[in-house]
Amino acid sequence: MTSSAEEIVADFGFLEGQDKLQLLLEFSESLPDIDQRFLDDPELLERVEECQSPVFIAVEGDAQRIDLHFSAPREAPTTRGFAAILSAALNHQSAETILAFSEDFPSRLGLDSLISPLRVRGMRGMLARIKRKVGELTDSNA
Amino acid sequence: MTSHEKISEYADPEVLVTTKWLAENLDSVSVVESNEDILLYDTGHIPGAVKLDWHTELNHPLRRDYLESEAFAKLMDQKGIGREDTVVLYGDRSNWWATYAFWVFKLFGHENVLLLDGGRNKWIADGGALTKDVPVRDSKSYPVAPRQDQQIRAFRDEVLSHIGKPLVDVRSPEEYTGERLHMPDFPNEGATRGGHIPTAASIPWSKSIQADETFRPLAELEQLYFGATGFDRSSDFIAYCRIGERSSHTWFVLKYLLGVENVRNYDGSWTEWGNLVGAPIAIGAEPGEAA
Repeated sequence: MTSSAEEIVADFGFLEGQDKLQLLLEFSESLPDIDQRFLDDPELLERVEECQSPVFIAVEGDAQRIDLHFSAPREAPTTRGFAAILSAALNHQSAETILAFSEDFPSRLGLDSLISPLRVRGMRGMLARIKRKVGELTDSNA
Repeated sequence: MTSHEKISEYADPEVLVTTKWLAENLDSVSVVESNEDILLYDTGHIPGAVKLDWHTELNHPLRRDYLESEAFAKLMDQKGIGREDTVVLYGDRSNWWATYAFWVFKLFGHENVLLLDGGRNKWIADGGALTKDVPVRDSKSYPVAPRQDQQIRAFRDEVLSHIGKPLVDVRSPEEYTGERLHMPDFPNEGATRGGHIPTAASIPWSKSIQADETFRPLAELEQLYFGATGFDRSSDFIAYCRIGERSSHTWFVLKYLLGVENVRNYDGSWTEWGNLVGAPIAIGAEPGEAA
C-alpha cells in the first residue's frame, strides 16, 4: 500500500453510509480530463471490460515513475470515482510499488454494502489491468 | 406520430408520461430517481426529485428478498411520499432501475405510479432542468401496506411448473445461448451454468426501446412480444433476466403498454436458476423442449 492509499482507506473508514458515497462523488469530480492526445489516438487507451460504464486507461513512464491516465464519462460518476481513487493512490509511483499494491484495496474502502458487488468488481478489474500494463511496460524496457 | 399519440395507443396510457408533461406537472407529483449508477442523482437531477437507491433501500437487509412492509413505509416517510401521492419514476439506462422500483412500489400496492418515457437521458436531451438541490420533505405517515408478491412476482418453483408456457428471457442473445454467463461489458455475477430456462423465448429487453430510449409504438411492441412468439394478451407470462431488473422493464411493457393481465417478474432470475441444483437448462439459440 502507498501512503496515499492508506490515507484514502482511513478517510473512507472514518465515514459512514451516505457520507462514504459523498466522498466517492468528490473523487469523481476531481478526476482530471484526459489529455487530448489520447482522444486523438484511441489506440493508446485500453478499455476496462469489467466496468459497467465505458472507462479507459493508459499507462506510461518507466520503472521509477509510472503515469496513469483515465477516461470515464461524466454520466458515470461511480466509475469516475473509482478511477480517481486509483489515480490518487497510484499515480507517479514506481512500477515496483504498483506491482506490489494490494489487490484487496477496493474491498478495504468498505463500499461493498453501499454499492452493488458488480460495481466494486469493476474497480478490481481496473486495478488488475493497471498492474498488467505496468508489468508489460517495465518488461519491455528491461 | 407524436409522443402523445404514441402513448395514447398503449393499453394503459395513463401510466407513461412525457418529459413535457412532467415539466408542466412537477409541482403536483412526487418525482423519484432510481439509477444503476447510485452517484448519478447527486451530479444533478430533476428539480424536486428524491433519490431511491435500488441496492441499499429496496432490498431486505439480510435475505435475498425485498424489504418488508414496515421498512417500505419507513422508506416512504423518509422520502416524503404519501400513499395517495402520484409517484413519477425515472432513471438511467433506459429506466431499468426505474421500472424495477416501479415493480417494487406495486408489490406494496401503491396505486399511482407513473414512468417518465425515455428516463433520465430523454429529460436531459429535451433540455429539462437539472439541480443538485436535494429536497427536504416531511413524512406523510405512509401506512404499513401488505406486500403482495402473488400477482406480479414469480418464485423458482412456479417457474419450474411454468416451463412450456409463456416465458420471456430478456437477457442478451449471448447470455440466452449460454455463450456468456453475464451480459456484454458486465462482469459475471456468479452463475455456475449458462443458458436459459427451457422453452423461454429470447426477447432482449432493449428491443422494446427506440434510439432516444423511449418505448417503441404499440404496433411494434405487439409484433415483438405477440407476433413473433404466438403469445397474446391473455397469455400468462413470466419474464426473467439476471437479477430481475431488466425483466422489470419487460414486465412493465407487457403489463401496461400491451395490457397483459397476468405477467410476473421472476426476480431470482439467472443468478438463482443458473445455480440451482437440478434445474433444467437449455443452451443454444432454440428455446428447447419441456422435459
